Amino acid sequence: MHAYESEFREPLINGMDKNYTKITDDLVAPLERNSTMWWIAVLLTGAGSLFFVFCLGWTVWFGIGTWGLNKTVGWAWDITNFVWWIGIGHAGTLISAILLLFRQRYRTGINRAAEAMTIFAVICAGMFPIFHMGRVWDAGFIFPLPNTRGPLWVNFNSPLLWDVFAISTYFSVSLLFWYSGLMPDFGTVRDRATGKWRKYIYNILSFGWQGSAKQWQRFESLSLVLAGLSTPLVLSVHTIVSFDFATSVIPGWHTTIFPPYFVAGAIFSGFAMVETLMLISRKLFNLEDYITVNHIESMNKIIVLTGSIVGIAYLTELFIAWYSGFLYEQFAFYNRIFGKYLWAYAMMMSCNVLSPQLYWFKSMRRNLWVTFILSIFVNIGMWFERFVIIVTSLADDYLPSSWAYFSPTWVDIGIYTGSMSVFLFLFLLFSRFFPTIAIAEVKAIFRISSEVAKAERAKAEKATHGGFMGFQTIGPLDKDSKGN
Amino acid sequence: MSAAATTTPNKFVVGLWDHEEVYLHAIEHIRHKGIEIYDSLTPFPVHGLEDALGYKETRLHTAGFFFGATGTTLALTFMTWVMTTNYPINFGGKPYWPVPSFIPITFELTVLFAAWGMTLTYLVRNKLWPGRVPRIYDKRTTDDRFALVFDAEKISAQEISDIKSLCTKEGAVEVKDKVFAAGE
Repeated sequence: MHAYESEFREPLINGMDKNYTKITDDLVAPLERNSTMWWIAVLLTGAGSLFFVFCLGWTVWFGIGTWGLNKTVGWAWDITNFVWWIGIGHAGTLISAILLLFRQRYRTGINRAAEAMTIFAVICAGMFPIFHMGRVWDAGFIFPLPNTRGPLWVNFNSPLLWDVFAISTYFSVSLLFWYSGLMPDFGTVRDRATGKWRKYIYNILSFGWQGSAKQWQRFESLSLVLAGLSTPLVLSVHTIVSFDFATSVIPGWHTTIFPPYFVAGAIFSGFAMVETLMLISRKLFNLEDYITVNHIESMNKIIVLTGSIVGIAYLTELFIAWYSGFLYEQFAFYNRIFGKYLWAYAMMMSCNVLSPQLYWFKSMRRNLWVTFILSIFVNIGMWFERFVIIVTSLADDYLPSSWAYFSPTWVDIGIYTGSMSVFLFLFLLFSRFFPTIAIAEVKAIFRISSEVAKAERAKAEKATHGGFMGFQTIGPLDKDSKGN
Repeated sequence: MSAAATTTPNKFVVGLWDHEEVYLHAIEHIRHKGIEIYDSLTPFPVHGLEDALGYKETRLHTAGFFFGATGTTLALTFMTWVMTTNYPINFGGKPYWPVPSFIPITFELTVLFAAWGMTLTYLVRNKLWPGRVPRIYDKRTTDDRFALVFDAEKISAQEISDIKSLCTKEGAVEVKDKVFAAGE
């Protein structure tokens, strides 16, 4: 019944003490113990979240004038943060949907947390356009609601409206995908629960899951179709986000390369954020056997691929600006590199294009400290990418007399850093009360990709054929002479 | 539940396995003997289980297609109605019926309807809702045990003991009786 798996492939579940019971124990353990560290982190990020709410309240009360925007730069940190957060969310869907379709088993260790991250990142992202509207109580009219003004409908030609549909569909479909996967695991937590209330609450969360064969059959059908739907969906979301810029007539924005380049950048930053969170979680919750160095290396391969795609896109933009012979386009790019935002361009290039090139080396891909630092670099770089695209094109536009410089106010900074607190706060709540790793899915790969299963197969091979193609004599290929 | 409770059996024999391969073979052998399996519970989706049990393929994905098609139709007809009939606006001389502009929203609504429609159908067909109290035949079926449940209501004591010994012979690590109170 096993799918074929090469014996040279590294296991995805480490430890010879593993069995189904142990997997349940290990993965539910973070939900069943109290930690002072967790409380401190929750209080800190909770305070940060309150500051976020305060800054938004300040914005609503005094108006958008409290932000650093001016007549020339009418879009700056708000849209930068929006695109940044949406991009971060993309990794979750990529891991859970695209890697499911490609049958990448390493997804099982990281998909749950990455999907949660998607949902929290989209929540943070949504705040920026909603509060930039100013009269936030009228936000409902971004949807085509019947009204008494004609009725005057929304403009279906506008990419901003497409964004409304794309982001809200993306959020709700991600939520369904995430929660339908959580139900069986909540069932597991419920059946281990000792207290009456704990049992009651986890039963409600599990929707009364039983795990009958018919339920699982429908579950698999649902996850496959949701994966199939989410795959084009995730690509469409960032494509549509890039249309916000690409359909305008601003030099540096009006380019057809934007959709693929934005999608690659989104996956790039999203994987980096997954790594930042996973490297901390695996340590804090003792999940090193389930989120292995092998998982980290696989993610780093995607980072070097998407980072290089982004790098090629930057260079292509420069080439096309020159090749177009269009003066304004040429100026926009010259100004990006050598203008007053030179420092931002340099940050973007060094963090996004140069730093991930380290991952061509296996030792770097497997080094956890390098990965942790680079994952943060990548997210800094991707924030600056959006900032460079948005602000440099606006600050020095067609009319030199209105050229301006953008400087953020404390409200801009407060909302941005506050959104990071909200994100971490939600993630902390998630990691304490929800299973951070998809328990059922990890069990489903146990007989194929775990260290135990591989050892059993090697033993069986040795008994029948005296070793698998000399496996016993030369050892696994990725070990050096010292056996490291 | 009162109407269903009269037809739902309350007395069961439950066999528990700890290895899915042994479990799958056991199902084949038990079904071959003509013994009816009432239910089968596993901690994760076991590959090949629905074939072993002789289940038909689910039609959930077909339902998903129709939900998606509803979304497509709704998006296209609504946008067409708004922009050509209900409130036509001249956007810089562009056509009143700009079909390429409709593509993104039509796609998004197709996905939205398919996903929500399918998930709700999934919940209804699987009888899952917040607050539902399921029958737990054994707590370990969500942990490390693969269970087969047999309806013991209308069969003789001899047949029950035959089923039990067959389960043990087929590698069950534990076989037990499970009785629910009516309506539980």
